[in-house]
Amino acid sequence: MGMTMTQKILAMHAGKDNCAPGDLIEAKLDLLLGNDITTPPAIDIFEKNRFGTVFDKNKIVLVPDHFAPNKDIKSAEQCKRMRDFAKSQDIRYYYEQGQEGMGVEHVIIPENGLARPGDVIIGADSHTCTYGALGAFSTGVGSTDLACAMAAGTTWFRVPEAIRVDLKGKLNPYCSGKDVILYLIGKIGVDGALYESLEFTGEGISSLSMADRLTICNMAIECGGKNGIFPVDEKTIEYLDARIEGGYKEAPAWLFPDEDAVYEKTVGIDLSEITPMVSFPHLPSNTHAVGTFEKITIDQVVIGSCTNGRFEDMEKAAAVLKGRHVADGIRAIILPGSQRVYKQCLKEGLLEIFVDAGCVVSAPTCGPCLGGHMGVLAKGEKCVSTTNRNFVGRMGHKESEVYLAGVEVAAASAILGYIASPEEL
Amino acid sequence: MKFSGKVIKYGSNVDTDVIIPARYLNTSVKEELAAHCMEDLDPDFKTKVEPGDIIVAGSNFGCGSSREHAPVAIKASGISCVIAPSFARIFYRNSINTGLPILECPEASEGISDGDKIEIDTDTGEIKDITTGKVYQASAFPAFISEIINSDGLVGYTKSKLK
Repeated sequence: MGMTMTQKILAMHAGKDNCAPGDLIEAKLDLLLGNDITTPPAIDIFEKNRFGTVFDKNKIVLVPDHFAPNKDIKSAEQCKRMRDFAKSQDIRYYYEQGQEGMGVEHVIIPENGLARPGDVIIGADSHTCTYGALGAFSTGVGSTDLACAMAAGTTWFRVPEAIRVDLKGKLNPYCSGKDVILYLIGKIGVDGALYESLEFTGEGISSLSMADRLTICNMAIECGGKNGIFPVDEKTIEYLDARIEGGYKEAPAWLFPDEDAVYEKTVGIDLSEITPMVSFPHLPSNTHAVGTFEKITIDQVVIGSCTNGRFEDMEKAAAVLKGRHVADGIRAIILPGSQRVYKQCLKEGLLEIFVDAGCVVSAPTCGPCLGGHMGVLAKGEKCVSTTNRNFVGRMGHKESEVYLAGVEVAAASAILGYIASPEEL
Repeated sequence: MKFSGKVIKYGSNVDTDVIIPARYLNTSVKEELAAHCMEDLDPDFKTKVEPGDIIVAGSNFGCGSSREHAPVAIKASGISCVIAPSFARIFYRNSINTGLPILECPEASEGISDGDKIEIDTDTGEIKDITTGKVYQASAFPAFISEIINSDGLVGYTKSKLK
């Protein structure tokens, strides 16, 4: 039986010639990831059970990004616990706040050239599925999984069934990868891909930028997916070659889906039929096309996060905000996803555009996305956000509301004070 | 293992943000997490939950964030088991790894009402509704998962592997 990309990667890392959906396998890991919320419990388990030394100090990435810069004393203690562990274990990829290469974990791992096609990557963070955009198998796990994997260098997986997402056509103006993934989640539901891999195929892929693909894979979890994965093409190679130490010229020859790979179903998407999307509270699947609903006035806009905090996102925000001003009574908060993104915004004059437009510009952090800090919502407040979840209480008070959207809709909404497309400006 | 208790019932897509809101994740102390378990979904949860009680919910229970704090908070609240037609996959792993018994059973999720008294046997997967007299059968764990459970969770399993 033919295999999907995901199945091939898992078989390869389990030392097998093939594997089939439902098989339970033990896979070697190429990269492990933890953050300031999920790593401290993993360290507790690691130390309590005397696991000793990590299996490979060069394959673990630890990033204090969620409640950092430390929002309170308890968060400071959690960050310190991770920092001390990284130091004692001599972890190569521990990123300190403010330093080069630092930022929101899923922005910096691709940016720093740490994820490669064909890799198996786990992270104690649900959005670890982001790196599927680069042709890796990557998925989220919990703290106990992370602790055990840091010791053993392996973990277990159930080989997933697959859904093929066949893309054709090209995106319309003001549409991006965010609209594609919201559209897909709206179509199949928040558990539409439960336990399964989302395998993207089709001629539509070539028109999508790497930023689009990273955003799409980032939210595979929001329809229950175990992972999302794109085939490797020239754009992927070009992206990796500019970022991986020593360059990157060619993906592994075996890394493609077999022609007779089995998919549970195929979802076809014509990119040209997608218009700017918004997910209403309180599920990412509650999608509506902008222009098809009554005026919704808002209180806050957040642009950034592991979903939309890349430089391309900042450029799109700046293009809409340039020479304009945020509406009275609206707080617009922009969080470049990494120090590199921040510096590039600085060099290319984007920070000035944001500040002139009346925006708050923050250091890279997950902060407001999960109601941590830097933009928590009060009772009854409404926010348009380029983040990934709009569950009850996600960004603050349980009676606040989060509307998920792409960068251009978020920026236009900040200017107009209600949810809008840039076409309305 | 066998448990009995009253049922606390919820709908589908109960996400980890309502199980334990991120604003409380500046700690991983289980008692502190339990104090805020379910508060954005059901403010009365804390007062009505008694040791041994069972959560019966709709599909995709535990969707969202990878926070292991979610099953830890549920277990530390006194909940003995969660029954649902399906669980989000990271929550499923985290429950096995932290020792929160979970059972997949669409019929039980449909048939059992809030407040019912039920008995469950996690080894056989049998769910008995004492209030209505109905009996349900949950799907059994794959053998590999049972092996993890029998090795005292993933930590015990990993320890035996590292030897």
